[in-house]
Amino acid sequence: MKKQRNLTMAITGFVMLLVLHGTAYGLSDVFKENIYVPEKLAPTDSVLKVAVGEKAPDFTLPSVHHGKISLSQFIGKKNVVISFVPAAWTPVCSDQWPGYNIVKDLFDENDAILLGITADNIPTLFAWTNQMGELWFPVLSDFWPHGGTASKYGVLRSDGTTERAIFVIDKKGYIRYIDVHNINKRPPLESIMSELKKLNQ
Amino acid sequence: MKKYFVVVMGIVLCLVVSGSSLAFDTKPPAVGDVFPEITFSIPGESDYRTYLGLSKGEYFSIQDIKAKVVVVEVLSMYCPHCQREAPRVNQVYDLIEKDPSLRGKIKLIGIAAGNSTYEKKVFRERYGVPFPLFEDADFELHDILGGVRTPYFIGVRIDSGVPRVFYSKLGGFESADEFLRMMIELSGL
Repeated sequence: MKKQRNLTMAITGFVMLLVLHGTAYGLSDVFKENIYVPEKLAPTDSVLKVAVGEKAPDFTLPSVHHGKISLSQFIGKKNVVISFVPAAWTPVCSDQWPGYNIVKDLFDENDAILLGITADNIPTLFAWTNQMGELWFPVLSDFWPHGGTASKYGVLRSDGTTERAIFVIDKKGYIRYIDVHNINKRPPLESIMSELKKLNQ
Repeated sequence: MKKYFVVVMGIVLCLVVSGSSLAFDTKPPAVGDVFPEITFSIPGESDYRTYLGLSKGEYFSIQDIKAKVVVVEVLSMYCPHCQREAPRVNQVYDLIEKDPSLRGKIKLIGIAAGNSTYEKKVFRERYGVPFPLFEDADFELHDILGGVRTPYFIGVRIDSGVPRVFYSKLGGFESADEFLRMMIELSGL
């Protein structure tokens, strides 16, 4: 009987390994073999500290090519879409911002700027985003104090990475949309665009 | 306890069968293989149906396309290489369509892996893609094709209703002329 139980457990474990291992990401060849594929992660691993309708917490972070960027500098000027992605050189994240990079006009139409944020340091973000081509939007490093901005918004995961989250903030600085997405999946572009359109209605 | 064991083993077996497509069948189609059975939705646009030689309906398989050779590109709106490659792939389409000896014999289709209908439309409009693209939002087709990185090209020769792979390779190409010449040569067209 003990043998039977051990066999059952062994086979179950093996199957779980297969199912987890087989996850598809549709990764671009631009990153070659340099993407670290983690185990399947819990869809979310943090508790939001902000809500729709609240003033968005301000932050000032260094960016890869645009110096220091503050959220407050866009107040009265631009709607802001913040795209937190979990980490550089990981699946899904590597295939998210390059898509936004070809739709600058859609952001422009909605008078919006995009800010990409991860908790990686600047050199890492520099090397990683270089593979994506020239990005039109600033990429910000929330590395030090580690994940400080992500923590203010409640999207810092327990392993020090951030959630895959979208925040849409209007010109007055109020949060109008939050999507803390399943970290293993990419938020569809249309959901961001439809939320931006609502700001202009 | 025996009953419990049988139930657990049954569940495990189901998982093995369903999980096998993820874990074991994830190799890209190899040269010489029959192209995997994939069911595509028949495009709503009449131009695309005309191009593919299909009549109105719901679904089709690759061998239903009216052509001797079909080149399948697996791409994504989110893939920088696919973005850079798009003008060259369009050029291949143009070269075929402008050559009376090739027109109708070689057709192109794209599978937009992980892209929604909206995202596929964005890619098509940004790059003026003239051939049909099929969205694959949940990576179902992508899984069947081995979870390949993108862009990935598969050349399929259709003979007597059998779609056989003659080219299967990751990455783009430098020259549209060269790529087309290679497709003609390798397919034996």
